[in-house]
Amino acid sequence: MARATAPTQRAAIAGKRSSRGFGETLWSWITTVDHKRIGLMYGATSLFFFLVGGLEALLIRIQLARPDNAFVSAETYNQLFTMHGTTMIFLVAMPLGVAFFNYIVPLQIGARDVAFPRLNALSYWIFLFGALFMNSSFLFGAAPNGGWFGYAPLTGAQYSPGPNIDFWALGLQIVGISSILGGINFITTIINLRAPGMRLMRMPLFTWMTLVTSFLLITALPVFAVALIFLSFDRFYGTNFFVTAAGGNALMWQHLFWMFGHPEVYILVLPAFGMMSEIVPVFSRKPLFGYATMVYSGILIGMISWGVWAHHMFTSGLGTIADAFFAVSSMIIAIPTGVKIFNWLATMWGGSIRFTTAMHFAIGLIAMFTIGGVSGMMHAVAPSDLQQHDTYFVVAHFHYVIVGAIIMIAFGAIYYWFPKITGRLMDERLGKLNFWLLFIGANLTFFPMHFAGLLGMPRRIFTYPAELNLGTLNYIETVGAFIQAAAVLVFAWNLLRSWRRGAPAGENPWGAYTLEWATTSPPPPYNFARIPTVRSREPLRDDGDEIRELATGRPPEDLHMPSPSFWPLVTAFGVMLTFALFMTELWWPPLIGVLVTAFGVVNWAFEPAH
Amino acid sequence: MNPEIPTETHPGRAPRQRRRLLPAALCGIILAGCAGDYPQTTFQPVTDFGARLNDVLGHAFWWMMGILALVEVLLVYVIVRYRSRPGQEEPRQVYGHTGLEVLWTLVPAVIVAAIAIPTVRTIFAIDAPPADDALVVDVIGHQWWWEFRYPQYDVVTANELYLPVGRQVHLRLRSVDVVHSFWVPRLGGKRDTNPIPVAAAEDGAGVNHLTFTISEPGVYSGQCAEYCGTSHALMRMQAVAVDDEAFEAWIRHMKTPPAPAEGSLAARGQEVFMRSPCIACHTINGTNARGVVGPNLTSFGDRWAIGAGVAENTPENLAAWIRNPQALKPGALMPGTEGGPGGLPPTNLAEDEVEAVVAYLQSLRGAPRPQGVASRSSSAPME
Repeated sequence: MARATAPTQRAAIAGKRSSRGFGETLWSWITTVDHKRIGLMYGATSLFFFLVGGLEALLIRIQLARPDNAFVSAETYNQLFTMHGTTMIFLVAMPLGVAFFNYIVPLQIGARDVAFPRLNALSYWIFLFGALFMNSSFLFGAAPNGGWFGYAPLTGAQYSPGPNIDFWALGLQIVGISSILGGINFITTIINLRAPGMRLMRMPLFTWMTLVTSFLLITALPVFAVALIFLSFDRFYGTNFFVTAAGGNALMWQHLFWMFGHPEVYILVLPAFGMMSEIVPVFSRKPLFGYATMVYSGILIGMISWGVWAHHMFTSGLGTIADAFFAVSSMIIAIPTGVKIFNWLATMWGGSIRFTTAMHFAIGLIAMFTIGGVSGMMHAVAPSDLQQHDTYFVVAHFHYVIVGAIIMIAFGAIYYWFPKITGRLMDERLGKLNFWLLFIGANLTFFPMHFAGLLGMPRRIFTYPAELNLGTLNYIETVGAFIQAAAVLVFAWNLLRSWRRGAPAGENPWGAYTLEWATTSPPPPYNFARIPTVRSREPLRDDGDEIRELATGRPPEDLHMPSPSFWPLVTAFGVMLTFALFMTELWWPPLIGVLVTAFGVVNWAFEPAH
Repeated sequence: MNPEIPTETHPGRAPRQRRRLLPAALCGIILAGCAGDYPQTTFQPVTDFGARLNDVLGHAFWWMMGILALVEVLLVYVIVRYRSRPGQEEPRQVYGHTGLEVLWTLVPAVIVAAIAIPTVRTIFAIDAPPADDALVVDVIGHQWWWEFRYPQYDVVTANELYLPVGRQVHLRLRSVDVVHSFWVPRLGGKRDTNPIPVAAAEDGAGVNHLTFTISEPGVYSGQCAEYCGTSHALMRMQAVAVDDEAFEAWIRHMKTPPAPAEGSLAARGQEVFMRSPCIACHTINGTNARGVVGPNLTSFGDRWAIGAGVAENTPENLAAWIRNPQALKPGALMPGTEGGPGGLPPTNLAEDEVEAVVAYLQSLRGAPRPQGVASRSSSAPME
């Protein structure tokens, strides 16, 4: 291995592209510890699952286009909506955020890589194997069917005896490990690896939101891990955590799930807020309005997100005191969120707004997220949530947040950072088509859902009778879903085309002031030839020439970059195998996975550094 | 439940203006959509409970519309007014404004308080303890049907919930398997039926409660609102609200249902029913059928549908259901004539026996319906 990789690495450090065979290229990717390559792999994987989850959504919408439809069976439908939710949350929105953490954060703080490059590779491989494991259930016709929220005791062995829920619980357990490792890595990176002079209050907002999100990851995911362990033990070993007939408690699952589940919402949305706070100032040609407020409101949102979980449980009968507490705490979270929206508007106010594709998506976020915000406020009114809960009104609400804010700005962020990643610009005309199709499609799909819900359509139903008179609304929603699908196709075409044939971008096509724009596009493996010193929040504005010169000059002779390694992949495979083999319901097969993991860890530990 | 909390409103008060403004406003947005009739609309509650929920929502709704309009108008203004023009110099670099930021922190905080106060008051109001003379109904969720027990009258029924108008109703909700959620939108909000051990149910631990008073007779449809497995979508129900007199008559009818005429096909059906595996799971009052696993079938012929709403209650549908329930309702636990789910033995009913049982079950009827609301039998003549 040493023989195979050493020349590759030298060539890479010299910043040259050597002509390599396919095998060598592949090997360089699967052994890479470069945060940029890992970021790209995260991005590619999440976009792939975005297509999978989107296809599931289309099948759902076809089934619901008409009342009493029989396009898919009840069982298939239940698998589809479960996997649509699980995929979009855990395999799309989360890793897409992580893709940007990986690619952008080290560049924004002036670091050469993340703090633990091999751990970073391990995170990615664990995520990939977990995602593949969970989706392999489709091959057995046994995809998870208990909803993304997996309420016990329905997901217990008695009511879900098949392997469906095993795939779900074990798959998410694996994916969760990846998130916890990633959280640890990014906290360490952001705390320790900032360029000289980059004080915390000089960090770009995206880096700040990554930091807050990472803290949420390492605190929220363990709660979910515990809940999944309880559930798995109930299923495999006959424990009774959630088996109500034996004295277990069904509500405990709901509490544990939402104690994770609500911070999870902010794990998804805070990176989106960070992206907004990068894109809006650049295309308004003004600095972010109220930097400190934006930082503190982000931290505050992260903290309050721990005290609102039971607003998902207003109908479960928690009692007046709990309902009142969680109603008010949920309303309070609207205040820092509202501040963010007003600060973005104030950033644009008095500016000189360039309507690039990225800015289109940013504006789209403000327009749509506000709708999701006010409907969220209506859920926080606990008594009226008794009508809205588990109806399409809620489906409308969170799709306005997830599609209207997170997916919207994720597209914006791809258009914004694509030139840095590839050295080429994405096509702006296709980009605007992409935006308008998504904007129109999403509103057409999700706006009528408000009414469908309030007119009596519950969630997660594979069919509804014609007498409910909800056919027209549902038909419109289905049309909207296909328009969104068209938006995604335009995006995919634009992405692939621009990758090869986009106009050259240069170092800083947008005239931005954060550090990632100082280095070349794409950046060399070491990011910056010499690490610049930061003296303000807008380093490229205040010391642009000096920093660019340091970043793009000749790297020092003794520059040492972490060497590639095959062992994170082996270790990740061992972790996946350990959990997967629990499905045998025998005590010893998981030990095979443990041995593979140990084999990977030992070789990793004793691998000589180059 | 907190008995000390005073409730400033009482059931049956005149509807306030706001309550009508909300649906009007929402309907305005989807003009065309409101032409139809929505049996499960949340906009036209017929109980004090439902009205309270809409009151407090209507209050929050206008604040929210105000904020939404403000943000969207500002956004449009900003993107029109401050769009980049050719040759424009760099705009003035403003890094923030403490006064403004304090303003748009404090104003939303005040609005939040304005919404939070009525919210908390309503939370306590709707959880107030029921009156002593309230009608108690135990609502028990099953995969995938509803059991309704009237402990004050010793009556049990399924999927059709008879309730009196003008008398307070106290629902005690629980489940025997997984979490379900009782939701009849026009009666007000939903409440989960949580699974609890039978012993706990007896002393009330873990039982959920809903109280409301219905103000208009009618038939109101609802369904399970918490995902509960394969046929969650087919766990429907109807609430039949009748006046006191009719309710008492219904109770009498349930306790002593008439037997089928001797020598009729229905009588033969009864005889088949009583010697078949049907009675292991079903109860029919006044007969030897005492099973408690499946829905109580007393007065089944009056029900609007079979299988908790999977199909209209017609002889053809009922026969199809008896032959193969899973074809209509995936995952149903009832065995068919030729096979049962999960290793249950088939009922082995012959075709003529199925016909007789259908006639028998359809003959079990005659319960009073709300005035002006047609009984099922008028739309589906039989025999």
